[in-house]
Amino acid sequence: MGKNHDVIVIGAGSVGVPAALSLARAGVSALVLDELASPGQMSNKKAIGGIRATHSDFGKIRVCQRSIEIFAGWKENEGDDIGWLSNGYSYPAYSAGMEKKLKELMKVQHGFGLDIRWVSPEEYNELVPGISMEGLRGSTYSPGDGSASPLLAVNAFFFKSRAAGAEYRFNEKVTSLRLDKGKVASVVTDKGEYGCGQLINAAGNSGRDIARLAGLDVPVVPDNHEGAITEPVKRFFGPMVVDIRPEPGSANYYFYQNNEGQVVFCITPDPPILGVQNESTSLFFPQVAKRMVQLYPRLASLRVRRSWRGQYPMTPDGFPIVGRDAAVGNYIHAVGMCGQGFMLGPGLGELLTRIVTHKETADDGRILQSFLPGREFKGVEALK
Amino acid sequence: MSEQQRILEHPVLPVTPGETVTFYWNNEPVEGRKGEALSSALIAAGIAAFGRNAHDHAPQGIFCANGQCSKCLVIADGKPVKSCMTPLREGMKVNAADDLPELPAGGGTGEAAGIGAVPEVEVDALVIGAGPAGLSAAVELGRLGIATLLVDDKHEPGGKLVLQTHKFFGSVEDSQAGTRGIRIGRKLAEQVAADPHVTVWPDSTVLYVYSDRKVGILRDGKYALVSPKVILNAAGAREKSLVFPGNHLIGVYGAGAFQTLVNRDLVRPSRRLFIVGGGNVGLIAGYHAIQAGITVVGLAEALPECGGYKVHADKLKRLGVPIFTSHTVLSANGGERVESVTIARVDERFRPVPGTEQTFACDTLLVAVGLDPIAEFTAQAQAAGLPVFSAGDAAEIAEASSAMFNGRIAGLAVARALGAKVEEIPAAWQAKAEQLKSHPGKVEPQVFPEAEEGVMPVIHCLQEIPCNPCSTVCPTESIRMEGDPLLGLPRYDGRCIGCAKCVLVCPGLAVTLVDYRRDREMPIVTVPYEMSHVPLAAGDKVHGVDIDGNELGEFEVAALQQNRENLTRLVRLRVPRALAKRVVSFRLQDQAVVQPLPAAQIAADADNQAMACLCERVPAAEVRRLIRSGVTDINQIKAITRAGMGACGGKSCDTLIRSIFRQEGVDPGKIVPGTRRPLFVEVPLGTLAGAPGAGEGE
Repeated sequence: MGKNHDVIVIGAGSVGVPAALSLARAGVSALVLDELASPGQMSNKKAIGGIRATHSDFGKIRVCQRSIEIFAGWKENEGDDIGWLSNGYSYPAYSAGMEKKLKELMKVQHGFGLDIRWVSPEEYNELVPGISMEGLRGSTYSPGDGSASPLLAVNAFFFKSRAAGAEYRFNEKVTSLRLDKGKVASVVTDKGEYGCGQLINAAGNSGRDIARLAGLDVPVVPDNHEGAITEPVKRFFGPMVVDIRPEPGSANYYFYQNNEGQVVFCITPDPPILGVQNESTSLFFPQVAKRMVQLYPRLASLRVRRSWRGQYPMTPDGFPIVGRDAAVGNYIHAVGMCGQGFMLGPGLGELLTRIVTHKETADDGRILQSFLPGREFKGVEALK
Repeated sequence: MSEQQRILEHPVLPVTPGETVTFYWNNEPVEGRKGEALSSALIAAGIAAFGRNAHDHAPQGIFCANGQCSKCLVIADGKPVKSCMTPLREGMKVNAADDLPELPAGGGTGEAAGIGAVPEVEVDALVIGAGPAGLSAAVELGRLGIATLLVDDKHEPGGKLVLQTHKFFGSVEDSQAGTRGIRIGRKLAEQVAADPHVTVWPDSTVLYVYSDRKVGILRDGKYALVSPKVILNAAGAREKSLVFPGNHLIGVYGAGAFQTLVNRDLVRPSRRLFIVGGGNVGLIAGYHAIQAGITVVGLAEALPECGGYKVHADKLKRLGVPIFTSHTVLSANGGERVESVTIARVDERFRPVPGTEQTFACDTLLVAVGLDPIAEFTAQAQAAGLPVFSAGDAAEIAEASSAMFNGRIAGLAVARALGAKVEEIPAAWQAKAEQLKSHPGKVEPQVFPEAEEGVMPVIHCLQEIPCNPCSTVCPTESIRMEGDPLLGLPRYDGRCIGCAKCVLVCPGLAVTLVDYRRDREMPIVTVPYEMSHVPLAAGDKVHGVDIDGNELGEFEVAALQQNRENLTRLVRLRVPRALAKRVVSFRLQDQAVVQPLPAAQIAADADNQAMACLCERVPAAEVRRLIRSGVTDINQIKAITRAGMGACGGKSCDTLIRSIFRQEGVDPGKIVPGTRRPLFVEVPLGTLAGAPGAGEGE
């Protein structure tokens, strides 16, 4: 058996890598296992890079507020450019119903002290010049939200975590968890066995499979989304635009212009396409392009460069599953990020470290109420 | 601006004037030819820098001339377009694409209103690529009555045959040996056009074979989805590149790109050219350059012998081009564009030997270090569970003669997969297809005929290659192939009537005719000559050379004979008896023009000046640093450096990054390949939304 580690993290992705960084810097010896060849190769690299704190509940809001601090301060504090851009988020409304729903949510968000306001159609046309004004009733705008490159960020976290002492083993698939007296004693992979004090399951799409190895079940189901990126052009609009109007075949879609000048976009198929299917389909482009060009005609001459398909590891209520397991005492859940693993990751990494070191704060307790592993999954998140 | 860089006279290609139109380059009026590639109009006007790279702000110009990369980006009528794929129109307002282009504010509801359904088409067979393989396959499919869609991203069918001004190797019956590639392409295209079962979509680029078995195609600026029952991938190949300091400078091209400019578009992007790579592609490109009136300063080949046919190398040497075997390119030097190239000898492990550096003044460096099959459509179709075949370079890099042959075979295989009653593919066809791919054999010593009377051909073809038209054209059947009827060396056995058909037909220009009948002491040697743009007249003195280009003396031109059908001239030289059989041709380039500069120029900070990704300008040093830190996943290199995320879609950096892995001694089995994603080329969002006319070229 390999050497003992205080913590083994399964999954070197959006959650596992920043968790390893935080753990290593807290003096906890961490080993990260991943079945793929390098960090962020499952869902992290599929994320389009949006980062917002403007959620609808305390847990996600607090965790993402901390993530934004980490992302925004990274270059200054750590030296690497991770493509952070404080470009904000916006949810334009094209119907009275939508306006009402968004404004009601804003009240909740203001209650949590979030910087979000309603802008008029004219103001919105200054933020997103050329956006369709036909039926536009205004938009939310949260200037404190932003974006970064998931690819650069995960690698920056990776190199810094290794420098801080975290260890990684890639191309190793976890095949079983050896339990002893109600605890995970070691992790067995196709290449070896590693003893651990505690275990964090941050395995994303594979989260449910890993949980089963410990005799646990978590309702995490990968849900397919397709995304794409354009050529870079000079900056021409500000915030992430999220169009939440459903249409036949698709629910919402969203796009923003990243720090390179490229527009990145993604659509949510409706009904959902479940399972892991990474092959591109012919449906995506006509569907998303039509919606985007109708909303923002100026995009018509922007050229698409590359597309891909990835998954949101979804839970029934749209909230992640994070926290210490009630039955297996040294097993910590960090799965079901519902497509928000990238923005939750850095804040969650610190929270997971506090769980590992038994230093949870009162705030943490409140956050974890949103993410309870044993909950009944009855609610539905207002803004998935 | 004048059209100073236009080729106005060419020994093989017809030069037609075309309709002159005026367009604007950075607000200055410029003249070009209506419908020609915008990039070529710019080059003809002497414009080499099309814009500045957004990453390092260095000027960039045309690179692939093939719609693959985006280095020829310009702003045409307000939109960023690839100038090599955009036909020139009267009054076009073209501006340099400096740094990031500005997205036009316009668009407005007009374009949005144009959104429509994406047309969907069903076909039995989809053939991707109308080059030698695709056209040959389509001929067979049409003959068998199969509904076939043949798509090609260029306006003219023919693929690289369009660029091949030289005569073909192979055999007359199978691959029209002795005929020039351009003519073969035209013949095949006419055959396909006349077939009612074959629909041809020109200007149509395949973007992706999706997992739902639909093929996304950008057809003349509009998006279409095609559902085929079977695919034949005959998309050809892309050129490999090399990591060396200055590989991003204006004036570094692939050989195919260069041939597109000089042979298709008849523009001259260079005055002085250096070539790296002694395969057939590099050797032929050198020959074409000289035909286009460009000085070829030299050619470097890393191996001890050129990998291409000896007859091709010999042609270049005889024209006066030095060939440096066991040499590599150390750097392309220059501020914004290539001003010189430095080469050095390499040791047996291909490491440059210090002290052997030589620098040659030139404005262009051709990189001809091999081709990679465009295999992704095959892989995509396989992943989607769609029956797929491949032919030509997309299957395996080989000569066009072989591509035509295996294209026919693949056509029959596609027909059979569709359930058509197809005759058994003859075993002899398979054997022939293999034979046409043969690599050149070893060089045999030259044996001259002993007789010094009458008239006879002297054959300077000393290496087994798949080629035999000399034996087919001889009216007295006096030239036969020794051993294999295609691969064997030709031998003359003594019943020559002096018709010179063998001299005219030989693609290697390796047959002369020595005629002792009038003057035994001063026989007339007939040599082939394909440089008619260089004036030559009876009575002129020329520097006669032997097979390897060594000078034999000054000889007088007795007569000239132009062959209208063949375009090869026959030049009759009066040569002293002792030398007559050794003369093969005469030198064209004065040796003074190919001398190195007095001092070699050695690049400083080489690894930071050598790019591993030309689009995103990622220095080799950055990739090397990651490899040394233990990175083996090309996806991680891409994530960190952006190598492979550029406009070309990662088409060229893969081989460059792998070459750095190799230099660092990483086991190739440990390298994790980069993931390939749609799309094959960039496409406007409006086009994908079904809008007409949002694409380039509209």
